[in-house]
Amino acid sequence: MTSRLQQTLKKGEFAVTCEIGPPKGTDTCKMEEHIDMLSGQVHAMNITDNQSSVMRLSSLAGCLAIQERGGEPILQMTCRDRNRLALQGDLLFAGVRGITNVLCLTGDSVVTGDHPQAMGVFDLDSVQLLRVIEGMHRGVDAAGNSLTGDIGFYPGAVVTPGADPLQPQLIKFAQKVEAGAQFFQTQAVFDLDLLDAFMSRVRKHEVGVLAGILLLTSYRMARFVDQNLPGINVPDSLLQRMKQTSRADQRSVGVDIAAGLVSAIRENSLCDGVHIMAINAEESVLDILKSAGL
Amino acid sequence: MRSITRQKDISEIAACTESFERLYILGCGTCATVTETGGVGQVQRMRDEMQQRGKWVTGWAVLPTACDEMAEIDLRKTGDALSYAECVLVMACALGVQRIGAYVGRPAVPALDTMFIGLEQAPGHFEEVCRQCGQCILGETAGICPVTACHKGLLNGPCGGTDGGKCEVDPDRDCAYTLIYQRLEERDQLHLMHRYRPPRDHHVMLVPRMADLNREVGDEP
Repeated sequence: MTSRLQQTLKKGEFAVTCEIGPPKGTDTCKMEEHIDMLSGQVHAMNITDNQSSVMRLSSLAGCLAIQERGGEPILQMTCRDRNRLALQGDLLFAGVRGITNVLCLTGDSVVTGDHPQAMGVFDLDSVQLLRVIEGMHRGVDAAGNSLTGDIGFYPGAVVTPGADPLQPQLIKFAQKVEAGAQFFQTQAVFDLDLLDAFMSRVRKHEVGVLAGILLLTSYRMARFVDQNLPGINVPDSLLQRMKQTSRADQRSVGVDIAAGLVSAIRENSLCDGVHIMAINAEESVLDILKSAGL
Repeated sequence: MRSITRQKDISEIAACTESFERLYILGCGTCATVTETGGVGQVQRMRDEMQQRGKWVTGWAVLPTACDEMAEIDLRKTGDALSYAECVLVMACALGVQRIGAYVGRPAVPALDTMFIGLEQAPGHFEEVCRQCGQCILGETAGICPVTACHKGLLNGPCGGTDGGKCEVDPDRDCAYTLIYQRLEERDQLHLMHRYRPPRDHHVMLVPRMADLNREVGDEP
């Protein structure tokens, strides 16, 4: 089955995806509210997989909730928490339930999260996970054993356009394409010249690239992201703009900034789409889309 | 090559020895002396600490190499002081604890945690450079082991957490793949960076691993 995301990118239409954080606990009301609010507005929605190594409801569970409510999920699979048996078992489950889009990530280090004593598994890395999916498409598992039934995923991966140094990241991008990645979601970008320069390096690969758009909800958050998150640089002009705004209005300035990036990326065809990350502020995705004219 | 150790918290050592009145303390003259965790000075301080806590320390010694089979001969020289003790508190790595435990026939309690096998890269500074994975890829990675030097042990290039050539988990640690990339570029071997490396075989040998010079390495015993 071809996913809506795949069809959109294939047709050359501007794809829009966003991200929904599952709950820490069993109260799924807010997640469901966000799913209902956004499923008609975007092509597909990621459910994060223990994002930043903070334990939450699994991505698979959230993806099923999206499906049940008529939306299209993107299953995030990190290599941090499961070995190759568990990853494949979950992939088979996703396949059985018709989840097609799978985003393969290495995963953040466990030490950044809320269970820093846990073991970081990394039995596979993201390139190897993509190759496991490629094998499943040929009807074999990671050990070469045959699998029953058909499986058809639309595998994706991530990339950091602002990585320093960039060259090893570009080699990894090529490795992921070679391993079967068909679409990419980038780490958050704020500098469109940087994005343009990055895209000129990867355009030769025939894959859909969605630029990561991170909603800055406050000046404090903007400064934190700029100073602490690898590969994300918030330009001084944006930091100043946030700083000079009263705290109550900072989020709406953040929405303006995000919408401006989305519009510019779309108008200048910098990327094949955008992936909007409004962490703990999913309802603002609607405002960003509206303000960007989508 | 050194077995790098760190002294356990004294409360943990006290808890492990609480049912014994008479202790004998053994240090190691090799790795644990270099890392200043089981040399003469540390053993004497442990004796004082145990005495203050009401223990009877029947004696102490620093064996030349606690993990060596010669340790048995050295232990014989300890005489009655050792045989009178109910347990041996060992200030050596876990290899030493196990070697000594096998000879004394009484509880051998570790006073140290064994951290890793490392090289002394600068005086007093030890770094882990090998995880003994049994599938060495140093020939493809410019002599830098990503299984050890990359925080996530990745085989196919860096994660997205490279920050100015440093690792996201600690700005003082180099990103292994930045180093590998730079060295491969210097050596005009960048093609190795593109090479796909399949998932590791964790079954190279069954744990616990064994090697017998009379068999092919890797044969099941």
